Amino acid sequence: MNGTFAVLVARDLRLAARRRVDVVLPIAFFTVAVSLFPLGVGPEPQTLRQIAPGVVWVAALLAAMLSVTQLYAADHADGSLEQMLLVPGARIAVALAKAVSHWLLTGLPLVVAAPVFGLLFDMSPPAIASLVTGLVLGTPVLSLLGGLGAALTLGLRSGAVLLILIIVPLCIPAIIFGAGAVAAVESGLSARGHYSLLGALLIFTAVLAPMATGAALRIATE
Amino acid sequence: MAGDQATDAKTPADAVLTVRELECRRGDRVLFAPVSFAVAAGSIVWIRGANGQGKTTLLRTLAGLSAPAAGALAWAGAPELAPRPLYLAHANALKEDLTVAESLRFLLHLAGQRVDGRDIDTALERLGMASRKDAFVRTLSQGQRRRVALARLAAQRELLPWLLDEPFDALDAAGVELLAGIIAQHARRGGAVVLTSHLPLPIDEPAPAIVALHEPALA
Repeated sequence: MNGTFAVLVARDLRLAARRRVDVVLPIAFFTVAVSLFPLGVGPEPQTLRQIAPGVVWVAALLAAMLSVTQLYAADHADGSLEQMLLVPGARIAVALAKAVSHWLLTGLPLVVAAPVFGLLFDMSPPAIASLVTGLVLGTPVLSLLGGLGAALTLGLRSGAVLLILIIVPLCIPAIIFGAGAVAAVESGLSARGHYSLLGALLIFTAVLAPMATGAALRIATE
Repeated sequence: MAGDQATDAKTPADAVLTVRELECRRGDRVLFAPVSFAVAAGSIVWIRGANGQGKTTLLRTLAGLSAPAAGALAWAGAPELAPRPLYLAHANALKEDLTVAESLRFLLHLAGQRVDGRDIDTALERLGMASRKDAFVRTLSQGQRRRVALARLAAQRELLPWLLDEPFDALDAAGVELLAGIIAQHARRGGAVVLTSHLPLPIDEPAPAIVALHEPALA
């Protein structure tokens, strides 16, 4: 199982290195979406500071959902997915490997870029730190749930929209506690409670989502 | 009907795979009348049937990708020790953006086979693809892609059972002959092969046993 996981992550990263445009697109989308808010809401620094965490989190969620729709599609079309699922006991490893490579390719760049957007919205350094901590714990949840959605909608014609409808409600807790952590820090409270809940959410999703994804993949390829 | 069934339902002692009264469905439709056959070590079983008769579904069921609608199939050995068959589907499972050698190495590693560069070279050489080793898969023709997918067979050290779905598709005459040689050699070493092919099999030794799929009886 470990072998399958490592082989798959290495292959996905290599494929991404060959198609750099696909890697840049989610982060470009994120940048555009976040930059639109000051234009629409107006340049009032106090307002921007207040909406910044929510804006960054919602943009991260949408970037994750848009990039996750194709997570299994190519492997399904060319027969690679069948070969992966033929390995005994590998279904969970496949689901986990796909979610991890998705996070490395979209979640991690967002975490790295978040401080820049924090500065753009005039957030204080402690608030930026809590935004990044929240994203570190929360974006893997988005990748894991997104992988589940991609597996459930595999092979459906309007799969992308359906995926967003199914998965976005499941991501709401991550957004609430992620954005809530920043709000807590800004009002001078400790954000540890929020981090703990995000961490618990991550563990819960990391245990259950790959199993559900594996089952969904099996149904999709049957 | 019993006449053209390859091997009767009795299980020979060295059966690698035993199939009893197996039925497959696609949606609500039963694809073929129940089939029973056994695949002995060192034998080749050729599944025949009209288009849409369920040859691919049968192979996928044998590979464990689909569940049978009725009947049973059993691989020899204890469940956890049972040989896991090498299933070569109609799709080649190659990635456009990987090179030939990378694709082959990925598929072999995925199947749990530890291979080094020399094994890859030898396998590609056997299929006549050594010169395209570092070419991207997207630059290959259909026949060349098929050859790369088939190179997995040439890289096998263990005597796993092979399930091959239309392996001769897209190959040229030389390729057909080459593959027939690889399959026959595998069987002579004691490996079992189940394959589908709409072309006559150019394999004489060991003689392929034919399992024909028929329309299911009307309920």
